[in-house]
Amino acid sequence: MNDTPQTLPRQSWTFSNEVNAEIRRAAHTGIYDIRGGGAKRRVPHFDDLLFLGASMSRYPLEGYREKCETGVTLGTRFAKKPIELKIPITIAGMSFGSLSGPAKEALGRGASLAGTSTTTGDGGMTEEERGHSEKLVYQYLPSRYGMNPDDLRRADAIEVVVGQGAKPGGGGMLLGQKITERVAGMRNLPVGIDQRSACRHPDWTGPDDLEIKILELREITNWEKPIYIKVGGARPYYDVALSVKAGADVIVLDGMQGGTAATQDVFIENVGTPTLACIRPAVKALQDLGMHRKVQLVVSGGIRTGADVAKALALGADAVSIGTAALVALGDNDPKWEQDYRALGTTTGAYDDWHEGRDPAGITTQDPELMARLDPIEAGRRLRNYLNVLTLECQTLARACGKSHVHNLEPEDLVALTIEAAAMAQVPLAGTDWIPGKGGF
Amino acid sequence: MAATKQAVSDVQTLDMGQIELREVNATLQAAPSTNYTQFEILNTRGSHAIAVGLDAEIEVTVIGSTGYYCAGMNKLATVHVTGSVGPGVAENMMSGTVIVDGDASQYAGATAHGGLLVIKGNASSRCGISMKGIDIVVHGNIGHMSAFMAQSGNLVVLGDAGDALGDSLYEARLFVRGSVKSLGADCIEKDMRPEHIEILADLLTRAGADAKPEEFKRYGSARKLYHFNVDHADEY
Repeated sequence: MNDTPQTLPRQSWTFSNEVNAEIRRAAHTGIYDIRGGGAKRRVPHFDDLLFLGASMSRYPLEGYREKCETGVTLGTRFAKKPIELKIPITIAGMSFGSLSGPAKEALGRGASLAGTSTTTGDGGMTEEERGHSEKLVYQYLPSRYGMNPDDLRRADAIEVVVGQGAKPGGGGMLLGQKITERVAGMRNLPVGIDQRSACRHPDWTGPDDLEIKILELREITNWEKPIYIKVGGARPYYDVALSVKAGADVIVLDGMQGGTAATQDVFIENVGTPTLACIRPAVKALQDLGMHRKVQLVVSGGIRTGADVAKALALGADAVSIGTAALVALGDNDPKWEQDYRALGTTTGAYDDWHEGRDPAGITTQDPELMARLDPIEAGRRLRNYLNVLTLECQTLARACGKSHVHNLEPEDLVALTIEAAAMAQVPLAGTDWIPGKGGF
Repeated sequence: MAATKQAVSDVQTLDMGQIELREVNATLQAAPSTNYTQFEILNTRGSHAIAVGLDAEIEVTVIGSTGYYCAGMNKLATVHVTGSVGPGVAENMMSGTVIVDGDASQYAGATAHGGLLVIKGNASSRCGISMKGIDIVVHGNIGHMSAFMAQSGNLVVLGDAGDALGDSLYEARLFVRGSVKSLGADCIEKDMRPEHIEILADLLTRAGADAKPEEFKRYGSARKLYHFNVDHADEY
């Protein structure tokens, strides 16, 4: 027997099992990995912030007795008919094509019950969505699939999509297996072929052109509809300032945790900035232009709880938007489908091959049998419940900070747990008065 | 008994020296509820978004030249511009006819789903980009990257085409009488079959073009990029 002490087998941090598996996959297939969802890597996030709550210098509101308002009006700058929402949480743009018709219907049902809006996506407006969404935002995308003036006029707002957090600077691809006759018809393309969504608009480049494009959209819709501009989290100060210049009523700012139907994993994980890092520069741009609260800011990308909502609002957002969380509320990645997930080589919580159209939960698919697994009425109720919980949680925190409206939350209500979060959110590191980048050390 | 609507033969004049763009477009968009069917727009001074979002069988004559997006998202109406047009003329048109006597800047007919766009002069780059069913007839030349990602419809060019014609083309048909500087990815020359001659003859007639269908070559998609294949990555 050899008594010599042995060195334990040591895995490389740099070449982890996960990294090596991807190298082997790439070597085998010769192509990059495509998936749905947003960044999975750990980045500084709202979890790294805490509310201070009321104390000697400020008093709280009674949790079950004193009002804490949650309403928000979007589009007050130019639109004749701004959107009035009961809660500061909207449903983000997700396309029919990437999602099934019943899933779009469920989003509309849930959002309407909760008093908020849904948003179309690449692929046009469906009856399921318009019919069940009390307030519907119609996305104006580079592909212009299904774009037409009639739908533009029956929308409640128009969102010009410049970029999204999962892939700032990237377009999209809906693979052929999801291109049924209906999806293809709405996009004026043959059934079964891969459909590319362009990364930039076909008839304008830059904010000067966009200003004219927005003029055209307003002229077509009698200046009634709020015009949103959606940007991915890239250069938030300048992107927001230029959006104001281009004439936006509302700016939607989507951080890198924001999801997508499908793009390259390398893109999702390596392009863009965390949501937490985007908000303060965006708010500063609005403040510098005297437009904070005049042009509304909607923040998205990784919003999961009422605490996330409250923290985003405290940093200066007017509302937040949820996509991935809404899908989870509908039933995405539900443990009851674990057997099916395993058959696809994955597991509950990790399923992200939304582009393949084989979603066991029946949400990111066009397969009739899988689609039938989602009951849009029941799923809509779940979404309504979830939105209600987010709102109640947000109100709870706001009352604890002594606020009679969730918009009264402010950066002074927050501290950070990490230096990174303190720097990004521009609030003090807990227990200090130090805001990295703002002096003091 | 409701009164029968009768067309008024008079031309209603909209003078942009006197009224704002909003009033011009509001008047044209309200045309279905009036008896006017003919309009003329004066003193355009290169304004943007003139005659956009129309939705009636009316005739609009724009005297002079325009800025961006003239006749954008047109439905049913006939819009005739006597001068030249800026970028994005007839963008996303659904139906109707747009005629430009002069030249057109970039993105003419971009993403348009239907109708006929006739440009009697030249069209700049990206003419017919992402077109989705429109018919475009250009009497002169077209610039580079025209018909990029064009999905369906017909682009007819009596003159020459610039670089990268029909790059990443889907099912649109391209007919060019003159030279083509270069073809874009997945765009190839195709046989001109009798049905194409027929389509072309009809379009030339409707566009008032003095040319014979037999003088044209047809270009279309090789359909090699319809399904993403890593072996075709060098094409991009």
